[in-house]
Amino acid sequence: MFYREAGDFKTTYRDDNQTFPIKFDRLRYYAVLFVAFAIVPFIINDYWVSAVFLPFLIYAIAAIGLNVLVGYAGQVSLGTGGFMAVGAYACYKFMTGLDIWIGGVEYALPPINIFFSVILAGAVTAVVGVLFGLPSLRIKGFYLAVATLAAQFFLVWLFNKWAWAYNYSASGQISAPERGVFGIPVTGPSTSAWATYLFCLVFVTVLALVARNLTRGSTGRKWMAIRDMDIAAEIIGVNPLKAKLTAFAVSSFYIGIAGALFFSVYLGAVEVGEAFGINKSFLVLFMVIIGGLGSIFGSFAGAAFLVLLPVLLKNVLVGGLGWPTDLAAHLEFMIVGGLIVTFLILEPHGLAQLWRVIKEKLRLWPFPH
Amino acid sequence: MPEQFYWGLEAALNGLMTGVLYALVALGFVLIYKASGIFNYAQGVMALFAALTLVGIMQGQVPFAHLINAIFGTDVHHFGWHLPALAGIILTLGVMILFAWIVQKLIFKHLVGQEPIILFMATIGLAYFLEGFGDIMWGSDIKALDVGLPQGINSWLDETTFNAFNYGFFIDNLDVVATVIAAILVAALVVFSQYSKQGRAMRAVADDHQAALSVGINLNFIWVLVWSLAGFVALVAGVMWGTKSGVQFSLSLIALKALPVLMLGGFTSIPGAIVGGLIIGVGEKLFEFLIGPMVGGATENWFAYVLALIFLVFRPQGLFGEKIIERV
Repeated sequence: MFYREAGDFKTTYRDDNQTFPIKFDRLRYYAVLFVAFAIVPFIINDYWVSAVFLPFLIYAIAAIGLNVLVGYAGQVSLGTGGFMAVGAYACYKFMTGLDIWIGGVEYALPPINIFFSVILAGAVTAVVGVLFGLPSLRIKGFYLAVATLAAQFFLVWLFNKWAWAYNYSASGQISAPERGVFGIPVTGPSTSAWATYLFCLVFVTVLALVARNLTRGSTGRKWMAIRDMDIAAEIIGVNPLKAKLTAFAVSSFYIGIAGALFFSVYLGAVEVGEAFGINKSFLVLFMVIIGGLGSIFGSFAGAAFLVLLPVLLKNVLVGGLGWPTDLAAHLEFMIVGGLIVTFLILEPHGLAQLWRVIKEKLRLWPFPH
Repeated sequence: MPEQFYWGLEAALNGLMTGVLYALVALGFVLIYKASGIFNYAQGVMALFAALTLVGIMQGQVPFAHLINAIFGTDVHHFGWHLPALAGIILTLGVMILFAWIVQKLIFKHLVGQEPIILFMATIGLAYFLEGFGDIMWGSDIKALDVGLPQGINSWLDETTFNAFNYGFFIDNLDVVATVIAAILVAALVVFSQYSKQGRAMRAVADDHQAALSVGINLNFIWVLVWSLAGFVALVAGVMWGTKSGVQFSLSLIALKALPVLMLGGFTSIPGAIVGGLIIGVGEKLFEFLIGPMVGGATENWFAYVLALIFLVFRPQGLFGEKIIERV
């Protein structure tokens, strides 16, 4: 009944190639966008934004980024935390005014609007990502996964030691000053819930749409060819250098933007080892696995799942049963770990595959024969 | 000879000792990877879990005391006994074998034939689970572990070198013991895998699963055996590191340190794990000593990874790894 392609005639190539070719799917997509943009901002409060919506949106961007690299291009990366740190610090430098010292003379840029700061931060991260992606041409599989740990640990160390990166502040932390778009503050202490939510939502919507179309197009098909077998891909004419490096660049761009938003809009003040440590890398990787490798929808599902699970557990165990918080935290570790193993055994393709199965079922429901 | 040179030499010696400890953890990785193709990320957490269990058993802690108290409102903590170290180690070994059996039965039996990367992710999940499980079972506070290993400065070396060079070298007794134990362990493992029936079966499985199956080797048994061996190595590593710096969460992070060791040595080579461990140990101590002060210190956090990364660009299979041959 739902998701039927019957009767949905395409008369132009444009129609045939659109992002959501099934009419029901397209309408559902518009409905979700409508709810997200026009209804949610009016009903959310500070708790919901800081506990659920902002982390969900930001992790969704990071998960899409990592999914491009791991799920589509098949290059396993454990450096997500480090790249997020690059995005955060780059955003900080741009929004407070980049200062460059040449021969003892300071050349300072004026502070850049937060919106463009975030985008520029993504671009900087893309460059760093390509740099750390270069070894992927020689190193494959596990070896690459471990090699990306070099990025993780080196970058975190760098931002701990490099005083220029945190503007020589005494605490070694970076904290976002108040900046706004169209006069409405989105960073700093005096933000309103709906403004920060909408700011992140715009990024998520645009980036997800771009990612979806990139992965459907020739770039994405090249990535997938590399993932399935890089030597065979090379023989049919895919340039592995270009395909792998574009994957690293696009992925790092997304992760950098996620890092920038994570720092500036969500946390406000960041200590690098704590906010962007190795655990962040694993968290985003788990989102991608649980959500489904090689699926944009899966990135959203995985992010939602792993953001909501701790909130739920905390409310039930600490709020409902009155357990100590440390016990709940340990139980959360167990549950997340157990879930990952269970998912890999039962459904290695993640939540996205479950969704696909449900869609197939709904197509013929309620008369499956 | 200038003082600087001696300091550098001392740093290198200490690095050598640390390297041995890294190699101990790396050894557990190699064992499992060789026999089942699983890259076991949980090795570090297994070391932590083994050390926690050892402390818990020796001090007679009630397992899950925290959880029981939270649910039933009771107040139990200790059984009130203290076991000798040897009994504790044997009981812990039993727990690790049971753990190996459960892991094989519940997880990896169902994942036979999956891609290596899926198996790797499963071990990350296992690591998370075991971390939470260990904390719930034994509590997450830092515990002191004392199984009677000698600790403190080796005064013999200190005096001898002071008489010879007029500068006393500082080496921890524990590191010396660790080196000896690691050497014995490696020798024992090599003997086991070369000369015993089970060891030969293990190597056959490593070579080709299906061929091993067809000559009547019980794959499941071999895998349980290998995980038990890795559990044993984890126990040894856990005792060493636990004695050195207390049993605490950061113990599980040595697993991350063992990864570059593996990459340098090659995933499939036991001697590689040892040599890689030594190179990383010496390298990071010397780098910290020579370059560290110029860039603000704490370079030990990343040096190993960057070294391994640069090394791999030139030799992708590591020092002793099997040559990677790719076919379409």
